[in-house]
Amino acid sequence: MHIVEVSGIHKSYKSTKALDDISFDVNYGEIFGFIGPDGAGKTTLFRILTTLLIPDKGNALVLGNDVVKDYKKIRKRVGYMAGRFSLYQDLTVEENLKFYATIFGTTIEENYDLIKEIYVQIEPFKKRRAGKLSGGMKQKLALCCALIHKPDLLILDEPTTGVDPVSRNEFWDMLMNLKEQGITILVSTPYMNEAALCDRVALIQNGKTLSIDTPENIINRYTKIILGVRSDNMYDLLLKLQKYKYTHSVQPFGEYLHYTDKREKPNLEELKDYLNKNGHTSSEIITTPPDIEDCFMELMEEKEHVN
Amino acid sequence: MSTDSIIIKAEDLTKRFGKFTAVDSISFEVKKGEIFGFLGANGAGKTTAIKMLCGLWKPTTGKANVAGFDVYKQTEQIKKTVGYMSQKFSLYDDLTVKENVSFYGGVYGLSNNSIKEKSEYLIKKLEIEKEKDELIKSLPLGWKQKLAFSVAVLHDPLLVFLDEPTGGVDPITRRQFWNMIYESASNGVTIFVTTHYMDEAEYCDRVSMMVDGKIAALDTPRNLKNRFNVKSMHDVFVKLARPDYVPNPIPSNQITTL
Amino acid sequence: MKRFKGFLIKEFHHIFRDKRSLLILFGIPIVQILLFGYAITNELKDGKIAILDQSKDEITQEISNKILSSGYFMLYEDLESQNDIESAFQRGIIKEVIIFEPEFSEKLFRDGKASVQLLADASDPNLANMIIGYTSSIIQNYQQGLIKSGSVQPVITTEVKMIYNPELKGVYMFVPGLMSVILLLVSALMTSISITREKEMGTMEVLLVSPLKPVQIVVGKVIPYFLLAFVDTCMILLLARFVFDVPLTGSLLLLILESILYIITALSLGILFSTISNNQQTAMMLSLSGLMLPTILLSGFIFPIDNMPYILQLFSNFIPAKWFVIIVKGIMLKGNNFFYIWKETLILVGMTIFFLLLTIKKFKIRLQ
Repeated sequence: MHIVEVSGIHKSYKSTKALDDISFDVNYGEIFGFIGPDGAGKTTLFRILTTLLIPDKGNALVLGNDVVKDYKKIRKRVGYMAGRFSLYQDLTVEENLKFYATIFGTTIEENYDLIKEIYVQIEPFKKRRAGKLSGGMKQKLALCCALIHKPDLLILDEPTTGVDPVSRNEFWDMLMNLKEQGITILVSTPYMNEAALCDRVALIQNGKTLSIDTPENIINRYTKIILGVRSDNMYDLLLKLQKYKYTHSVQPFGEYLHYTDKREKPNLEELKDYLNKNGHTSSEIITTPPDIEDCFMELMEEKEHVN
Repeated sequence: MSTDSIIIKAEDLTKRFGKFTAVDSISFEVKKGEIFGFLGANGAGKTTAIKMLCGLWKPTTGKANVAGFDVYKQTEQIKKTVGYMSQKFSLYDDLTVKENVSFYGGVYGLSNNSIKEKSEYLIKKLEIEKEKDELIKSLPLGWKQKLAFSVAVLHDPLLVFLDEPTGGVDPITRRQFWNMIYESASNGVTIFVTTHYMDEAEYCDRVSMMVDGKIAALDTPRNLKNRFNVKSMHDVFVKLARPDYVPNPIPSNQITTL
Repeated sequence: MKRFKGFLIKEFHHIFRDKRSLLILFGIPIVQILLFGYAITNELKDGKIAILDQSKDEITQEISNKILSSGYFMLYEDLESQNDIESAFQRGIIKEVIIFEPEFSEKLFRDGKASVQLLADASDPNLANMIIGYTSSIIQNYQQGLIKSGSVQPVITTEVKMIYNPELKGVYMFVPGLMSVILLLVSALMTSISITREKEMGTMEVLLVSPLKPVQIVVGKVIPYFLLAFVDTCMILLLARFVFDVPLTGSLLLLILESILYIITALSLGILFSTISNNQQTAMMLSLSGLMLPTILLSGFIFPIDNMPYILQLFSNFIPAKWFVIIVKGIMLKGNNFFYIWKETLILVGMTIFFLLLTIKKFKIRLQ
């Protein structure tokens, strides 16, 4: 028995396919991440799970209830944080929270334990209008609002988008704490590096899942050897490596370029030689483990080749 | 360093809104042709600073010179010489690719011939031959952003401001976008960019970090990492923006050298 | 119920914190009514009149003098016979003819009763009404003086006759007309904007996912504007009564009940608009061009429906405001009771039920 069971979901808007045969299960108590760029279909999927949209084809069960027939039961037990933080800008922090508590038939006091750790951070500003809060604080308030009725399942649609890295870190800390309290979390994000913080992830692109597994397994499945290359002129290095005959892929990755070879094993000497000849005498080459973004890009390319 | 290699020079630039100081006496220089990363937490004052540098808002006090023009008096000249692109607004959704290009070409006073020439080149380069007569809204986000960047540099500006240009874009397109930035920079265009992707901060020649309206650090990514003795710009960011932040016990995925 | 109350509180917060909506709710009604009121109530001075004195005795001379020396009127000509009246008016200079019946003072003292006929050019209905009002009050004054000085109780009856526009269309019309427009503005426009704002801000998603029933959301949105529209109704009526002396000849209770009916009609239109538009801009455009403009143009508020091309006259039947204007006019100015306006009331009820049914059919429990 899973908390969310999705099989063969399709959804189209006019001519565009937003979701194309999506199936997955979410286990009780885990953090399940949907990782993919804008337009991949994450929001559509979450709206189906929160009973806001009806799929064209396929079934979805949330907490054992069908998202089409039993939508009322689901709506009572799910906490949903929509993208763009659904807060009332003209209400104060306290009023927002109170409002959401009331419409879910509860009070702030009743479930204060659950939100306490998050709420104390914004409590000093409780008389301030939500519209005047910084992005990080809005995000925290929105999370409190989604939690106030002690939901069994928390569905968070891009809670960290547009938020700075520090606030993102803090936000993930909060999710970890909630997980420990037994709340299952379904979260979507365009930031690949957040995948590592999930128990399991689904990589999604153009309405299709590329892979569903634990982040470790996805990375382990990546068999190519990645070389990190850097030199003084990174752009020129990139151009030169794109022309190198053994190059399978080369992409900027932080301060290094990630290079993979067409052959099973890259020849370091040969590569060094090539770079020297092309004016990169002081280049540095290291081997580096793949991260989720390498995997994502590789899977994207594979998918494109299939099409 | 000679002054003519400087394209942005800000001295004690300040912007106050009532009692609130959004930008608090910042001073920095940007060199011609460099990729300058302008980082900071939400609400640290980045957007306000960019608006002053583009000539959209008048500073409260302080001086700033952009491409040789004064931000108080010569805002019209500044607007002609810089390009601007943001995540939120770039192209008109209900115009086609070609119409957008012609429109912006017209706005910057390009001749019809040069608009035609440039749009043909641009369509070929972005490989959107088939989509050139489609409405912008039907294109994937990544394509839009690449096109928006091309339009922002259509009039050969000396300097381009990019405000979170890659937000929500898929990893491959994001890199293609940065390739375009690199290409422009190698042609001598100065790039002034903000981003929430910390790996992109590494692609910049120099990076400034704004914290509470002030510039807390400004250096090359490598020097910054050395100074704070950390492995990634992400960690630099955290150390500067929230010195009291205790990292969680969760493994953060970083490049580990072998 | 507690949920619903919480929802209502939130709605009132929204309204009272938004200066713009407060302005629309309370500023515009006051400004509009003052604007319309003062624009038509211009001061009367040296109004040109003609007198047909068929009696030419002491009393008629005295009354004429009183009228002419009041400063409000100026004698343009003395008429000799009834036949001159028509041509006197047609020259378009005089606004009123005062006709004393023959043997005026004899009748007054012998029978205790004599009559003056006041004929006014009502093509400018507002002015005509004012002229008649002034003239009658001067005659009334004179009569009061007679009562005090003599033992008899003479009565001068003034017989008023409007020509060219006997029903006095236009006079006081601005009150029913403004009511129909303002209530529409408050009810339809504001409700549709307030619902679409939730859609635009993304909060509607969370509301729908909550245990709040869709019907609670809609009713919760509607109640504040219902109350505010009601406050506006009272405000308009008070202003009309005490600032501009617009009479209320019929039943106040009936007027209020009919206003409530009209508010509900407008609210149901507002909800309908909000279900078919996805952002505030569309809702506003729909309400303004689809509702306000036809209401102003086709309700008979500014342009008389009788003068419209036939096709527009037909079309005006679909405008709720047209029926409401007839109802309010009937109650306020003619003193009609329900017996006279049940047809119009029934039409409004029918429209409301139709819009509500359509809304229920269109309202989504989901986003799509």
